[in-house]
Amino acid sequence: MADHPQRPGHERPLSPHLSIYRWQVTMLASITHRATGIALAVGTLVLAWWLVSVSNGPEGYESFMSVATTPIGLVTLFGFAWSLSFHMLNGIRHLAWDMGYGFNKVTATQTGSLVYVLSLVFAVGVFAFVWTGHAGYLQ
Amino acid sequence: MSSLQTPLRKVEGLGVSHSGTGHFWRQRITAVALVPLGLWFTYAILGLVGTNEVAILSFLAHPWNALLMAAFAATMLYHMSLGLQTVVDDYIHGTGMKIFCLLLIRFVMIATTVTCIFALIRIAAST
Repeated sequence: MADHPQRPGHERPLSPHLSIYRWQVTMLASITHRATGIALAVGTLVLAWWLVSVSNGPEGYESFMSVATTPIGLVTLFGFAWSLSFHMLNGIRHLAWDMGYGFNKVTATQTGSLVYVLSLVFAVGVFAFVWTGHAGYLQ
Repeated sequence: MSSLQTPLRKVEGLGVSHSGTGHFWRQRITAVALVPLGLWFTYAILGLVGTNEVAILSFLAHPWNALLMAAFAATMLYHMSLGLQTVVDDYIHGTGMKIFCLLLIRFVMIATTVTCIFALIRIAAST
């Protein structure tokens, strides 16, 4: 009984974890969905901050804008734009799965790649829309 | 085969997990609602970028816009609490720490929802 697996203090074997698998689009999309969800949770706090700053009058709004328009602020906002695009597109992919569509191995891989491409196109598109002066139409 | 479940548990379809498909279903309902609400939010934010504070105030003071913004914030925060609960369920195993995290998520969710709606009421009242 030199190496009994049940012996107290003996390390029990672990099931294979992340590091052992070959990376695939489907698993990367699943991880990214969770990561963007957590990022957007922080985004809800920024939304609340924006609404409160607007309700506080001109000085309050200025204080929000002075932070939001810094380089770090703009990169963060781009992160939120991409996270929202990704989480919504991949969320629609998940809802399709829930209804039984797109579970085929090839289809799931293709829609996974499509979500990455489309989410980047949307996020870059939104910023390009602003930088080319098309935003602010609700004046 | 005999069952150890009480008739009430059988009827409710609940076992030792204390809950059924409610969490799963609420996450889907809020997800579906957030597709149109998220698209409206994108339309609103893009329309307000580069304008001034007066334009933002008058936009958010409009009843329909205030209602949609409140619906978007409340639905997103509820969806957020369901999603973060899943993350806690997956990665945090100690009972005490798990209860602490789940309570924190719910308190932050409710506090942020109330803050957003109160700010919208203040904006509507100020114009």
